[in-house]
Amino acid sequence: MTEQQTGAPERLRRTMMFVPGNNPGMIKDAGIYGADSIMFDLEDSVSLPQKDAARMLVFEALQNVDFGSAELVCRINDLHSEFGRADVFAVVRAGIDVIRLPKTETAQDIIDVEQVIVEAEEYFGIPLGSTRMMAAIESARGVLNAPEIARSSTRLIGIALGAEDYVTDMKTHRYPDGQELFFARSMILHAARAAGIAAFDTVYSDVENEEGFRHEVELIHELGFDGKSCINPRQIPIVNEIYRPSAKEITHAEQVLAAIEEARAKGSGVISLHGKMVDKPVVARAERTMRLAAAANATI
Amino acid sequence: MENEIGHNIPDSLLKETGHRPFTGEEIVDTEVHWTGPTVHIGHKHGSKLCASIHDAIVATGLRDGMTISFHHHFREGDHVFGLVMREIMAMGIQDLTLAPSSLTNVMNDVVIDAVRAGTVTRITSSGMRGTLGEFVSHGGMREPVIFRSHGGRARAIEEGDIRIDVAFLGVPSSDEMGNANGTHGKAVFGSLGYALMDARYANQVVLLTDDLVEYPNTPASINETEVDYVVTVPSVGDPDKIGTGATRFTKDPKELKIARMVNAVITGSEQFHDGFSFQTGSGGAALAVNRYLAQSMRDAGITASFALGGITTPTVQLLNEGLVHRILDVQDFDKGSASSMAAEEGQQEIDASWYADPHNRGAVVTNLDVAVLSALEIDTSFNVNVMTGSNGVIRGAIGGHQDAATARLTIISAPLVRGRIATVTSAVDTLVTPGSSVDVLVTEVGVAVNPARPELRERLTGVAGLPLTDIATLRDRALSIVGIPAPIQHGERTVALVEYRDGTLLDVIHDVA
Repeated sequence: MTEQQTGAPERLRRTMMFVPGNNPGMIKDAGIYGADSIMFDLEDSVSLPQKDAARMLVFEALQNVDFGSAELVCRINDLHSEFGRADVFAVVRAGIDVIRLPKTETAQDIIDVEQVIVEAEEYFGIPLGSTRMMAAIESARGVLNAPEIARSSTRLIGIALGAEDYVTDMKTHRYPDGQELFFARSMILHAARAAGIAAFDTVYSDVENEEGFRHEVELIHELGFDGKSCINPRQIPIVNEIYRPSAKEITHAEQVLAAIEEARAKGSGVISLHGKMVDKPVVARAERTMRLAAAANATI
Repeated sequence: MENEIGHNIPDSLLKETGHRPFTGEEIVDTEVHWTGPTVHIGHKHGSKLCASIHDAIVATGLRDGMTISFHHHFREGDHVFGLVMREIMAMGIQDLTLAPSSLTNVMNDVVIDAVRAGTVTRITSSGMRGTLGEFVSHGGMREPVIFRSHGGRARAIEEGDIRIDVAFLGVPSSDEMGNANGTHGKAVFGSLGYALMDARYANQVVLLTDDLVEYPNTPASINETEVDYVVTVPSVGDPDKIGTGATRFTKDPKELKIARMVNAVITGSEQFHDGFSFQTGSGGAALAVNRYLAQSMRDAGITASFALGGITTPTVQLLNEGLVHRILDVQDFDKGSASSMAAEEGQQEIDASWYADPHNRGAVVTNLDVAVLSALEIDTSFNVNVMTGSNGVIRGAIGGHQDAATARLTIISAPLVRGRIATVTSAVDTLVTPGSSVDVLVTEVGVAVNPARPELRERLTGVAGLPLTDIATLRDRALSIVGIPAPIQHGERTVALVEYRDGTLLDVIHDVA
């Protein structure tokens, strides 16, 4: 079941910070920047001779380092490589929250990895379903299959766009206005929303270009993405600032929730605020606004 | 007796050195006697110019057993120290006390050679690093080095604990009578703050310059009433190495995070009010604090009465913007702040006594609201070590640490661990700044308020997102990352003494094998 189906409050995922799995200094400090999710990478940022060392490092870090309340994600190597299975077993054993699949093209890719996760959970006696999944979509084929991918497993918490490989596949490159990603972003968002899971936007690799980053985050915030992948902790406060609700939005959300309370106390079924009906989506939006407002004050 | 951190300070040592033990940071209201220099009045009728450093040394009559001094305003670009010391060594003079304001790495080789040759047998300084720190820690000197803060040195000079026979002072610009400043010439460093003490109190003063200008040279920081001889040298310093380098904002995300937390502590405290004052220091992380603080001041519509300490260009920009009304420069860390001191009415050169002497009639640190300082180590009683490293070897300087720590709000800003070394420990290796002066420790994982300041903790509890914890928790967290280190192996021999700013003895540093 998805988070929304279980009725558990939806987790905020404004920022997913990428941390190379072979960098002990960065892994040690990953918890201090207030990222909602931390993604330890065993794939592209780790060279072939370091794959085993990185896996062991992440395995130890997951069990010994305090990452606060962040959701912990690990990007594993392709299952067809010699590292993929070992990656899954190691991080499942270490109690990872979410396994992230790179370069997902079909629903079958998800099902294949889920099978290995099931094996690992059974092997280590971990309750089945404990390990969640997410998929990165990085090709034209993956984008077109996004709706099936998003529905392929109840373990999925979200799907993400990986734009660097995608634009290469599309025979283009990144542009400041993001036009080249418009279809992929819309597709992934719709697929995610239809399946009731989260949608993450791609990384912005020019760390020094704060203005360009800000512009892109404003764009994906408007589109409706849950959050942004970050490659440097300096990007986190910028995302949080853009996702911070305005004072007006907070006031409105408080009024909506107060109106519901009042109606509930009165036993009234129909709720209205300022003469407008308060229906389910309005309530959901108000609750999310309050969670975002609380989170915005949680870190400096 | 045992000091605050359990180090044994033998009574015999106290008796030998004439020190009283440290009892507290409070300065008692009492009378002190200041010493004055013995002045040679014959020079003013002729030129003070000497043909060479050798001639100047001969003219001063420097002889065995005397005390000589230098300043460290040229930092790693200093050319003067080596030129003078090599000449003194060549002349075979022995048994000198070396009493500079501080010693930089560029001076290390000469000092070690001078000690080995018997030219120098005693040293007092703000600190030392590198090969000289190793040399002293490994027992290279017979007499213990005495470390004093900048304010403590000013006090020691005024009260006669340090009696300078000859001061050799490099200046970027002077006339032939000795009117000199640090703001004009080829190798400018701005404020002559530390050197002004030597100029005023040394029995004889020799200026060395590479820019001899027409009489009278103004503005004059050191003036002809204080100067005996002037020598020209090819170069007093390398302008490229005078700046500390750390004049740009850091891009290190951890340093930026700590800086944001430091700023949140400052703005959350009662010291953040219109007309407040601050010393944030130099270095990339300190500059980041400056930037965040400036933005908070703009947002709150607050301006500061003064900024103090080692000054950099970004602080001068706050002056220009009107966020800071005055800058009091005891030293300047980059060319921009050094040059602007000449033109800026709001930038006031101050000497080390005015900056921080606890035994004068008024020091700026007494009116300092906020100080942000660093630490090599801080223990669970908030005692700070900025002097010895994780191997027990001397590798630091007190600088203005003890002095600025007397501010109303003293914040130590430091990463929880550096590499594999914990910053927060159970007991510091060397006590430099007593924990009673420290109010808050800010690390990237949490903020600990000194339990002696419950009202501050109460106030900061209300700051959104500021992770308050206690210092023992921070220590445990540091140790959980790096493990419990083996104790530092010190020997029995005392290689250095650490004075508190009032001249009492805080701690002794023992040798390492």
